Amino acid sequence: MTHTMETRQPRPSPPGDRAPRPGSASQRSGRRRENLAGYLFMSPWLAGFLLLTAGPMAVSLYFAFTDYNLFDAPQWIGLSNFQEMFADPRWQKSVEVTTKYVVIGTPLKLAAALGVALLLAQSRRGQAFYRAAFYAPSLIGASVSIAIVWRALFTDGAIVDRAQTQFFGLNVGGWVGDPDWILYSLVALTVWQFGAPMVIFLAGLKQVPRELYEAAAVDGAGPLRRFWNITLPMISPVLFFNVLLETIHSFQVFGSAYILGGQGNPCGPADATLVYTCYLYQQGFENSRMGFASAMAWMLLIAVGLVTAVLFWSQKRWVHYEENAR
Amino acid sequence: MTMTHAPVETTSGPVGPGTPAPAETRSPRKRTGSLLWHLGALAVLVVVLYPVAWVIGGSLKPSEEIVGSLQLFPSDPIFTNYTGLSEGIADIPVSTFFLNSTVLAVGSVVGVVISCSMAAYAFSKVRFAGRNLLFALMIGTLLLPFHVLMIPQYVLFQKLELINTMVPLLLGKYLAVDAFFVFLMVQFMRGLPKELDEAARLDGCGHLRIYWSIVLPLCRPALITSAIFTFIHAWNDFMGPLLYLNEPEKYTVSLGLKMFVDQDALADYGGMIAMSLVALLPVLAFFLAFQRYLIDGMATSGLKG
Repeated sequence: MTHTMETRQPRPSPPGDRAPRPGSASQRSGRRRENLAGYLFMSPWLAGFLLLTAGPMAVSLYFAFTDYNLFDAPQWIGLSNFQEMFADPRWQKSVEVTTKYVVIGTPLKLAAALGVALLLAQSRRGQAFYRAAFYAPSLIGASVSIAIVWRALFTDGAIVDRAQTQFFGLNVGGWVGDPDWILYSLVALTVWQFGAPMVIFLAGLKQVPRELYEAAAVDGAGPLRRFWNITLPMISPVLFFNVLLETIHSFQVFGSAYILGGQGNPCGPADATLVYTCYLYQQGFENSRMGFASAMAWMLLIAVGLVTAVLFWSQKRWVHYEENAR
Repeated sequence: MTMTHAPVETTSGPVGPGTPAPAETRSPRKRTGSLLWHLGALAVLVVVLYPVAWVIGGSLKPSEEIVGSLQLFPSDPIFTNYTGLSEGIADIPVSTFFLNSTVLAVGSVVGVVISCSMAAYAFSKVRFAGRNLLFALMIGTLLLPFHVLMIPQYVLFQKLELINTMVPLLLGKYLAVDAFFVFLMVQFMRGLPKELDEAARLDGCGHLRIYWSIVLPLCRPALITSAIFTFIHAWNDFMGPLLYLNEPEKYTVSLGLKMFVDQDALADYGGMIAMSLVALLPVLAFFLAFQRYLIDGMATSGLKG
């Protein structure tokens, strides 16, 4: 199976393939036929792009500057939505909650993913089994079922509450009822899904040439040095990919926070799980404030775009692309 | 290409930051290393599987014991949580939710496999004008948050009076909106030997024939990966159904569970836990059957990113 997924080394293309003899009639009709075939095959995607992506993007930008309740025609109100948003304590709360979630959850999740990947990369018996088992939470973690389970595990008197009291003497009670703690149960839920980035780390680790470690070991480099000077630079492209993907995904968490927070309004005790998309949903679909919600969506897009840009910009400082890397 | 055997020089694997310094006696050290490795892996396994084991055990306990009891599996399991499900939630049989979810998930799979493979074929095998621009646009949509599109899409479907139907949830799947799968398939198709479709073209095959008879069969692994991911995402999807379905008869499993949380949490906690487990079963079954495709798909798309 693996080999089929990886047969993609570039092949020399025969000369007649790319540029047929210039100017001939057969070439022109051939090109026309290629264009026709291309756009026929592309037609579903093109329709989707125009109807469901590009069009809605433009419309949502317009809505962001209007007052729109879905029933009356949108009223142009200029920057009012944005002014209101920045002054809105619940909006500020949602930014705070989301930032906390991203800044705490993503590094923890990636650290867990890398740690376990390093463990599993040592290829012992059972590796494939562990890899599969650790991956499973990534598939079910976003479901309502698991959010329900999570709520149960972190309520008063449930296992987490008892364990923290017994082993750490913490008497904070269940996390889901506590505005200071509930977000950490959401963080725990995302960390639990470390399997997906772990699989990507593992694939990266397998590409690291073993000779490097052998040479380093001969030179007397200890395990930490080897990790810092060989492993980390060699897997930095994969690390970059994981950081980018996980950060962008965390910004958009919705279902888990919504269910874990008791799906009400306020979202969680004292709005403690009011993630950005939760507030966006409430404003747009519970309060029918489509204009305000569109403005919120554009702020999210700008934030995600900025984070992406910063990550790409920072790339040249810490991501090493090898010449011979695929 | 992956080296699975420990080399002679370093007994530990290549990437062990925690490996102890070289010692004189190899064999016992190797054995302790192996033991530690398995202990570590097992510890992670316990944490990872605990919630799943908990929901299995919990579904066999009486409602009032589920949260508080530390015993993972009850000594005398009861099945009333499951039999109680046959009464349905708010007079709607649970099977309705499962049927709706199945329609949504299977419908999504069909759409994604057809439309994304068509786009991927054009991107990788047809040289048409504007291909690079469209490819760049497609990649651009990969990281686009859904929330920017959500409101205008909702307005569109509302004007078309398609709320409370599956159309808003399915249409995008038939229009190759899931750029991730297009990308996955493009990567795969680019790796197919060019000689095959060139030979076919010399034999007079058009693009349709090449796509259908040569490229699609060879792409099976990528198609299967996309199909399973699509099924699982559609099955788990919460926000889409929450936006578009508001009659309980149309609800998917996610919304059925939400209804449980809303209404019956206090009355039938056990039933909710039982249904949570049943809702996970299709995903877990797909995972067990196809985990290699999923993990390899994950790993390759990650590496190429």
